[in-house]
Amino acid sequence: MKILNNEINILKEAGNNRMAAIGGAIVIMLTLIAILASLLSPHDPFEQKLENRLLNPCFEYPFGTDDLGRCIFSRLIFGTRYSLAIGVTVVGITALVGTSLGIVSGYSRGIIDEIIMRIVDIVLAFPGIILALVIAGILGPSFLNVVIALSLTHWPAYTRLVRGLTLTLREMDFIEGAKALRASNIYIMRRHILPNCINPIIVLATLDIAHAIIFATALSFLGLGIQPPTPEWGSMLKAGIPYFRISPHLTFFPGTAIMVTVLAFNFLGDGLRDMIDPKINENILVSE
Amino acid sequence: MTLLSIKNLKKYYFCGLFNKKEIRAVDGVDLEIKSGRTLGLVGNSGCGKTTVAKIILRLIEPTDGRIIFKEKDITKLRGRELKNLGQEMQIIFQNPETSLNPRMKIYDAILEPLRIHKLCSTDKEYEKILKLIEIVNLNQELLFRYPHELSGGQLQRVVIARILSLNPKFIVADEVTSMLDPLVQAQILNLMKDLQEKLGISYLFISHDMDVVEWMSDEIAVMDEGKIVDWK
Ligand SMILES: Nc1ncnc2c1ncn2[C@@H]1O[C@H](COP(=O)(O)OP(=O)(O)OP(=O)(O)O)[C@@H](O)[C@H]1O
Ligand SMILES: [Mg+2]
Repeated sequence: MKILNNEINILKEAGNNRMAAIGGAIVIMLTLIAILASLLSPHDPFEQKLENRLLNPCFEYPFGTDDLGRCIFSRLIFGTRYSLAIGVTVVGITALVGTSLGIVSGYSRGIIDEIIMRIVDIVLAFPGIILALVIAGILGPSFLNVVIALSLTHWPAYTRLVRGLTLTLREMDFIEGAKALRASNIYIMRRHILPNCINPIIVLATLDIAHAIIFATALSFLGLGIQPPTPEWGSMLKAGIPYFRISPHLTFFPGTAIMVTVLAFNFLGDGLRDMIDPKINENILVSE
Repeated sequence: MTLLSIKNLKKYYFCGLFNKKEIRAVDGVDLEIKSGRTLGLVGNSGCGKTTVAKIILRLIEPTDGRIIFKEKDITKLRGRELKNLGQEMQIIFQNPETSLNPRMKIYDAILEPLRIHKLCSTDKEYEKILKLIEIVNLNQELLFRYPHELSGGQLQRVVIARILSLNPKFIVADEVTSMLDPLVQAQILNLMKDLQEKLGISYLFISHDMDVVEWMSDEIAVMDEGKIVDWK
């Protein structure tokens, strides 16, 4: 029975590792595509050739052309830049801010903790996408405003995760030991608490990139995000909707690009979660 | 000569609905520890031993009472003076596996006290650490490992080494050997005795194992429900 269990675990782990590897490979590929976009794309993503509008996929236009005769393949390649840039920027900002607030909150407790957690509750009380919609609507559509809207709605996840970890960590002997050494609170938070939170934060951040990319494309799809003619996947999807019946490739390819990217980050995040060295985090890691 | 004395120490916790329930963790304790000597503190689980230790170390605030160290009242010490107190009194905890940051290499863990108190220039660190691990008899190979790669006995030596770097005059040992097997336990206790002889350190030795306390201590205080009930 025990052996069987072990085998199942090993199989599961191997399966997860393979998913993580596939996810990781796709993420690396997407990054390369984003960097080398101008080398990889066969056409100028902005160039309109009205005589070529709504062409089906063919040799010259691998994914066909859109309603203005632009090469969908080239536009998708350039779109990688926007999606990744938004995902990484939003996650970078929110992870930094959310983590700092979480550590301060869990470590200081008392009134500061109370205030930070009430703000978290307020932000979480609204469904994320609605709040992002409202903020994007007020600020107006642009790359920067999408980043702001998503950052304002995504940080509480980090604060809650890190606060929980900090509450467990602060009771541990090595923190008491550091206090007995008379280390300053800032030192304890930076050198003892933060390093022990890093792994779960990386997992959350990876999964969150997927989330941010979906949100960003959703905002563009609704017309509140990045605006045409910028080749952004969400706005390409939107532009393709009227031609859904006659030229489904206008929506199929951007949709697939979004799906593949989001799944890749999700696989990677899930795989990382399982790979986190269990020995080091035995006492500390509380999975969500 | 008296190194540390505590007078009428009290710690009450209030919990339950509307803070109505009062827990008297420590309820009027007087102790006296002489220079270079060991005071044993025994008692059942939950009688308040750890609480006394943490109050002495100024890790928690007492409800009432005074702590006098080297003829100076340290009960209300703050800022710079409190930081310097860290160099004079230290604590060793029960569980060596949780006493060190799992993400910090042994090398950095041992040097941490010196770095916090800025007592050692970077180029002298290696020399210093070699001296320290020699005193506690720790293999040099272990220095670049993480805590989970060491045994309980080795970890307890690391903990002692890092504390020794500050040259403390007084160490609280809170059930330091209860998680170790008997042979390792004896080694650690012998090490502590040696250090006392060589360096004149005073200990407050907390345990609920009467045999161990009798072997280690010059005097023994027995605690029950927050009070000292017997002297030996
Ligand atoms: N933060 C706290 N809040 C409320 N009660 C507490 C707190 N800390 C300790 N106590 C209570 O104070 C009493 C003394 O605890 P303490 O840890 O000092 O016991 P101990 O003698 O060290 O026990 P052990 O031998 O198990 O280590 C216990 O009843 C405990 O429940
Ligand atoms: Mg105790």
